Amino acid sequence: MAVFAAPAPKREPHIVVRDLTMAFGDFIVMKDLSFTIGRGDVFIIMGGSGCGKSTLLRHLVGLTEPARGEIFYGKESFTKADEARRSELLRRIGVLFQSGALWSSMTLSENIAVPLEAYTDLSPAEIRDVACLKLALVGLKGFEDYYPNQISGGMQKRAALARAMALDPDVLLFDEPSAGLDPISSRLLDDLILELRESLGSTIAVVTHELASIFTIGDNSVFLDTETRTMIATGDPKELLAHCDVPSVHRFLTRGGNGRATERKP
Amino acid sequence: MTDRSQATTTRGELSLVHASDGTLVVRLAGPWLLSSSRPSPQQVEHELARGGVTRVAFDAHELERWDSGLLAFLTDVLGQCQERKLAADPAGLPTGVQRLLALAAAVPERAGARTSKVRPAWLVRVGAATLGLFEGADEWFRFIGELTLAFGRLARFRARFPSADFAVLVQQAGAEALGIVTLVSFLVGLILAFMGAVQLLRFGATIYVADLVGLGMAREMGAVMTAVVMAGRTGAAYAAQLGTMKVTQEIDALTTFGFRPIEYLVLPRMMALCLMMPLLCLYSDLMGLLGGVVVGTGMLDLSVTQYWHETVAAVHLTDFLLGIFKAGLFGVLIALAGCLRGMQSGSSASAVGDAATQAVVTSIVLIIVTDGSLAVICNVLGI
Repeated sequence: MAVFAAPAPKREPHIVVRDLTMAFGDFIVMKDLSFTIGRGDVFIIMGGSGCGKSTLLRHLVGLTEPARGEIFYGKESFTKADEARRSELLRRIGVLFQSGALWSSMTLSENIAVPLEAYTDLSPAEIRDVACLKLALVGLKGFEDYYPNQISGGMQKRAALARAMALDPDVLLFDEPSAGLDPISSRLLDDLILELRESLGSTIAVVTHELASIFTIGDNSVFLDTETRTMIATGDPKELLAHCDVPSVHRFLTRGGNGRATERKP
Repeated sequence: MTDRSQATTTRGELSLVHASDGTLVVRLAGPWLLSSSRPSPQQVEHELARGGVTRVAFDAHELERWDSGLLAFLTDVLGQCQERKLAADPAGLPTGVQRLLALAAAVPERAGARTSKVRPAWLVRVGAATLGLFEGADEWFRFIGELTLAFGRLARFRARFPSADFAVLVQQAGAEALGIVTLVSFLVGLILAFMGAVQLLRFGATIYVADLVGLGMAREMGAVMTAVVMAGRTGAAYAAQLGTMKVTQEIDALTTFGFRPIEYLVLPRMMALCLMMPLLCLYSDLMGLLGGVVVGTGMLDLSVTQYWHETVAAVHLTDFLLGIFKAGLFGVLIALAGCLRGMQSGSSASAVGDAATQAVVTSIVLIIVTDGSLAVICNVLGI
């Protein structure tokens, strides 16, 4: 199946996915995924609900092993790295899970302190300072000693982002950051993502199906298709909207086309 | 018919009228609600089965209120029409009903989505169960293997787990369990003494109650009762904690920071339980003896000194050490079962509940089987 490629900014490759097939047992989720995420890109992984976007994210951090294919960070294969090397590579990656996944038995500052205690030689006072700084960056100054269940869902996501940034990672992965957030919180999170890219120069991959976010923050993307179980388009989302003639991509990017989405599929 | 439809009806009414051109008119009257009684679609089916019908139409002029009760009836009737390849004309139905029926029919059934509930042949079931058993064993071995590696790293001071958490776990598995262990052990000692006393009184050998309680508590009951209490208390808690952490992706979050969940979560829990179980067992032994003393002095007129001397003569250090060793072993088994079931938990609320139940069941089975095997081994070795 040919992949529609729209123009996208040319940057040095940071994350390379090559011939990836994802499967649970005999059930193939997605096959033949090959794309490159450039250094400093905000890369969108989009597609309909249940098509395997989050599964792809889990593959990028080794939570699920590929059935076939390989994932590279820079020139180094993540898939073939041994456990110790993987652990080192993972320290350069921050993940924001869909539910936040803050450790519920710890306060926000303790959540951020966990990786700092494990991987740095900072003193407890310095760790506390770094944790406060990270929380301030996401607008949660003063909430250091709150437990995750004492704050709202939007705040939990931002706190989880602060934790993901604890070790100043080169790569930030977001799993549906705007799911369950009101439009304003979700917009604020988008702004935060762009701000982080500008200030830290991180490479950012976002799994989402929020059209507003896709067009605001994305400068490259891959579209996963539920029907054919593979990627069918890649490139700048705005370019895809303007030029992509693949019907399912067009329907997706225009919310089912103009007027009412009459054609429904099981 | 007319008499009944004119009266104010509290239930849905159905009448079937054959028109001259082979049309069956389904007349609906009264309220068709889920909460009131409604005619069954089988009446229509019987009518269709008789033959001579080429087309089905509806008449809803006398229909009052309706809800999903009517829709379910109509879906059934329309399904029958489709089966018999009869034309069905919904024009006579209220517009709202027509639109909802169209909406329900808009998306065709996805091929393969409906799961068949066919019970497989018994040979297939036996095969599947056997394979499942091997898979279960595989998970156990993998888990134990990873845990062994984690202990290896612990021995080389390379294991990474939160020391503050460890202190809390020790407190939970130790001091906080004292209350329930006191109650259960004291009562078990009391019951042992009482049951023994009733028999021994007949022979005038009441002093041997002290031997019975002392040996019984030190060798068996202290360790087993503590283990059963801890399996229900702490083993279930471990399974529920880890299961919930799995559901909320907290375990995934640990992995993405390069931590090993087994080392970070399971290792401290197992150590806490292994350290605390022998202490709790010793405490349980003493509480059981106290229960025996209460029966001995209160019911059998033995003096505390007599009871004490008899106990000291009957119970040796080996008996206590055997109980304490068993308690430590049971601690390993409880932590293993609790943590494994928690880590295996599926991702739903009921799955976490199942994990906790499984943890307790597995622990108790392991405890009893191990205790039985140890009793035989001790007998052979003469311990």
